[in-house]
Amino acid sequence: MSLDKATVAGIAHLARIKVDDDRLETMVGELNNILGWIEQLDEVDTDGVAPMTSVADMDAPQRQDIVNDGDCRDRVLANAPAAADGFFGVPKVIE
Amino acid sequence: MSDTVKAPEPQLIQGATGDWEIVLGLEIHAQVVSNAKLFSGAATEFGAEPNTQVSLVDAAMPGMLPVINEVVVEQAVRTGLGLKAQINNYSVFDRKNYFYPDLPQGYQISQFSQPIVGEGIVHVELADGSVREVGVERLHLEQDAGKSVHDLHPQQTYVDLNRSGVALMEIVSKPDMRSAEEAAAYVRKIRSILRYLGTCDGNMEQGSMRADVNVSVRKPGDDLGTRAEIKNVNSLRFIQQAIDYEAQRQVDIIEDGGAIKQETRLFDAGSGTTRAMRSKEEAHDYRYFPDPDLLPLEFDDAFVARIKADLPELPDDKMDRFQAELGLSHYDAGVLVAEREIADYFEVVANGRDAKIAANWVSGNLFGLLNKDGTAITDSPVTAEQLGGLLDLMADGTISGKIAKDVFEDMFATGKDAATIVDEKGLKQVSDTGAIETMVDEVMAANQDKVEEYRGGKDKLMGFFVGQVMKASKGQANPGVVNQILKNKLSG
Repeated sequence: MSLDKATVAGIAHLARIKVDDDRLETMVGELNNILGWIEQLDEVDTDGVAPMTSVADMDAPQRQDIVNDGDCRDRVLANAPAAADGFFGVPKVIE
Repeated sequence: MSDTVKAPEPQLIQGATGDWEIVLGLEIHAQVVSNAKLFSGAATEFGAEPNTQVSLVDAAMPGMLPVINEVVVEQAVRTGLGLKAQINNYSVFDRKNYFYPDLPQGYQISQFSQPIVGEGIVHVELADGSVREVGVERLHLEQDAGKSVHDLHPQQTYVDLNRSGVALMEIVSKPDMRSAEEAAAYVRKIRSILRYLGTCDGNMEQGSMRADVNVSVRKPGDDLGTRAEIKNVNSLRFIQQAIDYEAQRQVDIIEDGGAIKQETRLFDAGSGTTRAMRSKEEAHDYRYFPDPDLLPLEFDDAFVARIKADLPELPDDKMDRFQAELGLSHYDAGVLVAEREIADYFEVVANGRDAKIAANWVSGNLFGLLNKDGTAITDSPVTAEQLGGLLDLMADGTISGKIAKDVFEDMFATGKDAATIVDEKGLKQVSDTGAIETMVDEVMAANQDKVEEYRGGKDKLMGFFVGQVMKASKGQANPGVVNQILKNKLSG
C-alpha cells in the first residue's frame, strides 16, 4: 500500500491538521515508511487466528445503571473559550 | 400472524416513461431507557438545565475512560429479542470519526462491523389489513451527540452536552418497504414494540425516537436505484411527507435524463421539501476502527435466557390472543394492543367480564372522553377497576345501558365509583313489574289514538310506546321488562 500526495492531503484535512504544500511531499514519504513497517506484520502466518481488538484477556468491566456523575457544569465549562448561560459558545454552524 | 394475509401493493408513481416503484429503508434511532448514560454515570433525564448532566467523560476531557452501563446492554438484548433477532454474544465498539461542535470526542462510539444484534423481523399491518414483513438488518448501540442551539446568539451557536453520551439503539431495516404508509406503519410498530419492552419511551417530540429515511426509486423488477438518505425526520407525518416529496423528485430527475446522487438530505418541515446538505459536511470518511478504550462486549447464553424469560407479551402475540381467546374482532384487537397502557387497562376491565362489551367501552366511551379532554389513558379519571364496576352494574341489571352512559360521564367528571353515583342519584333500574305496568297503563291511557293505530297494524309505534314509558320512568325502567309488558298489553 502506498499513499499519494492527494490522499495525504485528504487525511490531513479529515484530522483538521493544516499541512502546507511544501511539507506534503516529505509527509508522503514518512507515512509510506510507517505503512511499510506495519506491512511487515503480513509476514506472520495468521491463518486460523480470529481477528482480535485487544490483547487483554479479560471481560469488559461494566458499570451499574446509577447516576453518580455529572452535575458539574462549572468544571465542564471551565476551559471553554466562550461560554454563556450554561452553554458552550462556538462559531455559528447552521445547516 | 396467519399466513393468509396479503402483502401490500406497492405504491407506484406514474411518470412520463411509465410506473416507478419506491424502495424505502429506515434507520431508527431510539434512546435507551436507562438512568445513566451509555459510558458514564451522568443522568439522562429530559429537559434539564444545559450542561448539568455532563460528566467529564461526556465532555471528552483528556484521560477520561468509558465504562459500559450494564442495563443498557440488557435493554439492547431485550429489544433484539423483541424484534425476533439474532443476539450476538460478542460485539465490538468502534470509533466513527468526524468533527462537529456537538461531538466533543471528535468521534462517536458506535458499533460497525460487529453489532450486538443481527437480523430480525417485524410484521407491519396497513390500514387495509395487508401485512408487510420488514427485515431488520441489525441493531447496534451508540452514543448520542450534544444539542446545538442556533437562535440564542447572533454570531454563535450554543452547545448543550446533556444528551452527549446518552445511549441510542440504531435499528436498521432492510430496504423492504414500498410506500410512505408502510414506512410510517413500520415506525409505529417499532415504537409500539419498544414501548411494550420498556426499552425506549418512543417520544418523538422530545427526540427520543427519530428516523433517517433511505429513499430510492426504480422501474418495477429493476435493480435497486441509487438512494438518498434523509436525516433526522422526527414525526410520522414528516416521514411520509419527506418520502412523497423525495420519490417524486428522483423520478423527475431520472426522467429528465439526470442521475441520482448518493447523498444526505435534510427535510424542511416548513416547505415539505428535502434539500442536499452542504457538500462540505457531507464529505464523510468516518475511518471506523475498534475503540482501544473498550474491550469487546461479551455475555453468555444464560444472560440472554434470563432476559428472554422476563419478556412481556408483545403486541403481535397479544393481538392473536385477544382474537382467539377473547373473541375480539381483528379491528378491536388492533386498537387495543397498539399501546401497552391501553392493553393493560383493557385487560383489567375485561378480567372476568364480557370481553367484547369491555372492548366497546374502552375504545368507544372511554376513548371518546379521553380524546375530547386530550387526556392520556394513564391519567384517566376513571380507573380500569371503576369501569369494570360500571359494567358489573349493567350486567346484573342494576342499571340500563342508557343510564350507564350517563353514569360513566359522571364518573369521568368526578372520579367517583359507579355504585356511588347510582346510589346518590337514585338511578337504579326499575325491574319491578308492578311499577312498570302502572306506567304502561298511564302511557296507553294518554295515547288512546296510537293504541288503536297499533292494533290496526302499525307495528312501528312500538318504539314510540317504549320511548314514552322510558321517559316516564326517567330512563330507569328495565327496557326488556318494558318491552315485554307493552307487548302483552297492546296485543290484549
